Amino acid sequence: MERKLMKGNEALAEAAIRAGCKCFFGYPITPQTEISAYMSKRMPKVGGVFLQAESEVSAINMVYGCASSGIRCMTSSSSPGVSLKSEGVSYIAGADLPCVIINVMRGGPGLGGIQPSQADYWQATKALGHGDFQLLVYAPSSVQEMADTVTKAFDLADKYRMPALILADGLLGQMMEPVAFEDVDISFGDGSDKEWAARGHNNERKHNISNSLYLKPDELEDRIVERFKRYDVIKANHTEAECYKTDDAELIITAYGSVARIAKAAVDAARAKGIKVGLFRPITLWPFPEKELKAACANAENVLCVEMSMGQMIEDVKLALECKKNVEFFGRTGGIVPKPSEILAKIVEMTQKGAE
Amino acid sequence: MPEFKKPHALTDAPLHYCPGCTHGIIHRLVAEVIDEMGIEGQTVGVAPVGCSVMAYDYFACDMIEAAHGRAPAVATGVKRANPDTFVFTYQGDGDLAAIGTAEIVHAATRGENITVIFVNNTTYGMTGGQMAPTTLPGQVTQTTPYGRNTNVEGFPIRVCEMLSTLSGVALAERVTVVDPANIRKAKAAIRKGFEFQKNKQGFSIIEVLSTCPTNWGKSPVDAIDWLKENMMPYYPLGVYKEGAIR
Repeated sequence: MERKLMKGNEALAEAAIRAGCKCFFGYPITPQTEISAYMSKRMPKVGGVFLQAESEVSAINMVYGCASSGIRCMTSSSSPGVSLKSEGVSYIAGADLPCVIINVMRGGPGLGGIQPSQADYWQATKALGHGDFQLLVYAPSSVQEMADTVTKAFDLADKYRMPALILADGLLGQMMEPVAFEDVDISFGDGSDKEWAARGHNNERKHNISNSLYLKPDELEDRIVERFKRYDVIKANHTEAECYKTDDAELIITAYGSVARIAKAAVDAARAKGIKVGLFRPITLWPFPEKELKAACANAENVLCVEMSMGQMIEDVKLALECKKNVEFFGRTGGIVPKPSEILAKIVEMTQKGAE
Repeated sequence: MPEFKKPHALTDAPLHYCPGCTHGIIHRLVAEVIDEMGIEGQTVGVAPVGCSVMAYDYFACDMIEAAHGRAPAVATGVKRANPDTFVFTYQGDGDLAAIGTAEIVHAATRGENITVIFVNNTTYGMTGGQMAPTTLPGQVTQTTPYGRNTNVEGFPIRVCEMLSTLSGVALAERVTVVDPANIRKAKAAIRKGFEFQKNKQGFSIIEVLSTCPTNWGKSPVDAIDWLKENMMPYYPLGVYKEGAIR
């Protein structure tokens, strides 16, 4: 086990290489550029490929080509750049190809700002492109999890032949923490284990076609229905969440990513005041950990959703709880990171309202 | 006498192209080159969006269907993943010279070791004949009903000339398939492109002046005459750049 002090972006990049990511296609955009910078240094040393594309659109299409060959590959960007990638993401999903995409979120809409944000939740979980499809979405909350979730993302993307997204934010990308890596020999597959890969048929089989075009509606419907059956399996088996002091909690905070860490500080401060608060932190945003949330809220009347946005995940929280709980919201947006004291004030306000 | 038959690198799927369209000839030339070089098993083709969108059903090598204009980026991903694979893109003028301009220019300037077959018929065929980046001045299309007015719509792009200024380009050659002599030259150019790729010598593009009788509103024979009289003076045939970059 190797332990290093690293930035979140760099830890993620290193973990991707250790997970067998042979090719990385990037484009510079703050606050994720360290991923490209790290890959450009490291990939040539381990026999991998780093290529700086001419655009976000090209980067994701290079991923499409590479993924079609059955090779593990990745691209990363931040909010405005991820919007540009949405065309390619849709094609990759439509062709049932595995790959990993990183969004180190910054403020939006438009060019927005360069400070941390969580305003791309809807984009990530509902519609990162046109058509009927989902991405696996992981929301790490520490530098260690930046590394750990990318490994999981590659494995599940391969297993279910679909793109996976790591939804981080500028805070996680830029902060430094110790991170531990398993000792592994870095090795890249050649795609020969993927019977569907379009990598040259070597005169041994019929040609493979990587494609999302189905002009006959019944064929297209069949493809989509088959894909959604896979999604059902994922929903049943791969939701992840962390519960912190939820057992006796009368108020549950829901928060993901870096905000969950701040919320944890608020939980501790509230507990010190004798308020029974707990934190529920989704680690997978799609599939959303619905049953885990329901269980965590079994004894709670009130739920407070905290986000760095105007309130996006709160819709999934309400849906999961079937509107049976009082769900309120606290958020800062535009690049403002909420303070533990602000969250605590909201906790106190909700608790007092309940007592009245 | 050698027997005339379908190249192995073409499947048995019936082509959907309109009567008189030269896509069929160009497909055949690419497939003959793949056969003659014995590389079908090591080749990955990238199809575009446009009339040749279903080229993935026609070529017997492994195929990838790209988004509109993105074929050179997709091909880059394939080639970088497995540098020993032969990779070609097959793109029309709207795909390559309008929506995919960034992708083709940067694949070319990187010296990406791929072969691009660029079919220029001055129109968006699949969507019914709109103005393309290569539509000639004065040419009537669905979206230039009074003829392409260069004061309004600007000027056509001469792709081979433009790309030949880039250091990453090993071969930029314009050919046509209007008669047997030119068809032979076109095949030789395609072969040259694949040979450059085989020797890892850089980016190659073969532009093929092609007809679109349906959208030009002409018979196949008249379309060939129109190509000779109008396209060939504006888009002169020939080698614009040739020489290994590596």
